[in-house]
Amino acid sequence: MTDQQQLDLRKDAVEAGTTTGLASPSVDVTQERQNSLWSDAWGDLRRNPFFWIGAVLGLVFLLMALVPQVFARGADPRACDLGNSRGLPSADHWFGFDTQGCDYLANVVYGARNSLIIGVIAVLVILLLGVVVGAVAGYYGGLTDGILARLADIFYALPLILGALVLLRVGPSTGIPVINSRGPGAVAIALALFGWMTAMRLVRSQVIAVKSSDYVAAARAMGASSRRILVRHILPNAVAPVLVYATITIGVIIAAEATLTYLGVGLQRPAISWGLQIEAGQDSIRTAPHLVLFPSLILTMTVMAFVMMGDALRDALDPRQRA
Amino acid sequence: MGRYVARRLLLTIPVLLGASFLIFAMVYALPGDPIRALGGDRPLSPAVIAELRERFHLNDPLYVQYWEYVKGLFQGDLGTDFRGRPVLDTIERTLPVTVKLALVAIVFEAVIGLVAGVLAGIRRNSFFDNLVLVSTTLVVSIPILVLAFFAQLLFGLRLQWFPIAGTNEGLYSYLLPGLVLASGSLAYVARLTRTSLAENLRADYVRTARAKGLPNRTVIVRHTLRNSLIPVVTYIGADIGTLLGGAIVTETVFNLPGIGREVFNSIRSQEGAVVVGIVTLMVFFFIFFNLVVDVLYAVLDPRIRYD
Repeated sequence: MTDQQQLDLRKDAVEAGTTTGLASPSVDVTQERQNSLWSDAWGDLRRNPFFWIGAVLGLVFLLMALVPQVFARGADPRACDLGNSRGLPSADHWFGFDTQGCDYLANVVYGARNSLIIGVIAVLVILLLGVVVGAVAGYYGGLTDGILARLADIFYALPLILGALVLLRVGPSTGIPVINSRGPGAVAIALALFGWMTAMRLVRSQVIAVKSSDYVAAARAMGASSRRILVRHILPNAVAPVLVYATITIGVIIAAEATLTYLGVGLQRPAISWGLQIEAGQDSIRTAPHLVLFPSLILTMTVMAFVMMGDALRDALDPRQRA
Repeated sequence: MGRYVARRLLLTIPVLLGASFLIFAMVYALPGDPIRALGGDRPLSPAVIAELRERFHLNDPLYVQYWEYVKGLFQGDLGTDFRGRPVLDTIERTLPVTVKLALVAIVFEAVIGLVAGVLAGIRRNSFFDNLVLVSTTLVVSIPILVLAFFAQLLFGLRLQWFPIAGTNEGLYSYLLPGLVLASGSLAYVARLTRTSLAENLRADYVRTARAKGLPNRTVIVRHTLRNSLIPVVTYIGADIGTLLGGAIVTETVFNLPGIGREVFNSIRSQEGAVVVGIVTLMVFFFIFFNLVVDVLYAVLDPRIRYD
């Protein structure tokens, strides 16, 4: 039920004379209470310009990944003519041409798909690892918690880029299925493997916070199993902070992917990726700066979309901010 | 407090060993045969290869190799690279560059971040406050890689204010990379200061101070700022370790010969001993500064007591 519907309901009740409009139990209190966090958050979000900018940018980026040909204005990223090498932007070719003489707009637009795939896969794996490990550590406590928390500390002490860099450098010579593929899957898994700790800590602290509450004790008294208590009663509390974290992390992962690819261990040619474009463009940064400029710009706007949406979500979901 | 520090120090040992073992195990699987590559065009004789493999413990199982490494570590020996140069020398050569870079970054972070945060915090919803909000969102979203290139393009090539690579101009050549490295944390410091200050300005003791008739300046500087800076100071402290470890991209793009660029080059050229040595050092810094900050927290905020 949206805010508007609730207001309407209240107005109807007042006009029908069944209520005074002051706080009274006939105004469907249970419904309101059930919806409060999310409907209040939506009310906040709707009025936040940052959220709308982020959402529109994110939508454009999503469409770019789904139907790149529309945004590429019909140009084929692989149809190249060396005669156009490093051509400057023009009315026909908005982003100019790269060193091979390929239409640059098409190349930049087609790069969105790999970034999105890696961002989404990595975050899904991070959530899976974080929720499972965090829930187990928080719920069972004791030695289990001690070992898992220490494990998270170990990974936490390694910089994300550094860990993924080493793993991806080693990856192709190992026999591990996805890791040795040099594809988007390998990059996503490597980033997730060194980036799951914050999600784990979020879930763990939420689980510990509500574990000893009355309603969990009630569920246990009614004979609910540990698994059911975790999944049905405890984990839903962690949804809000995890959602905020996941949104921002998609942006962080996309930036990290571009960096790893730029450093030469991420995606490899002939894949189309913003990291590869920046890497290729840096040699001609003096003569053709547009080759670095355009992929950087689109990359930044993409990351910004997720950071803005995440920030807005955090503000909306944080009850302390509400007067 | 003493017992707390001792307990925390003990807890760092498994983390340090775990992290270095993790990297060690991955580096162990590095592709190619570095010994064969040493010979270059003229292949080494089998006897020499066997001797070298024996000397670098390349034939032993992983845990034996790691045990040898840890034994050396406790004696201050980080091993040698495949050309026989001690890893410790490489670190001694490259670490000062990274430390200078990190210091410059911390100064930027503290000065610009604090000033922007304080000005935004005391005038919530003013034009300047919104400017800080928008610009920090922007800065946080720009990947370091992109920021480095834009800084090089604008300040290096267009305006020619700063050199874009190397360390030839002394401390001056650290300014631009330092600013780039600091950017993300700088934005965070500004936001943290702003929120913390705005929150404290609503506190009862601030109302009391105003009611006593203290001038606005004294209320903010002497009463509010002191309390608001606690989380900021601790954040900056913990950030030193992060910056030392996060300098890989900045040093590579700006071609600074620090530990970040060194570890990246070593990963590429399969110099396992150098990679493990530098990463262990980075992890140590990270853990150390986090511990310092936790202790500092109790010193700055009398409400917090360990034990």
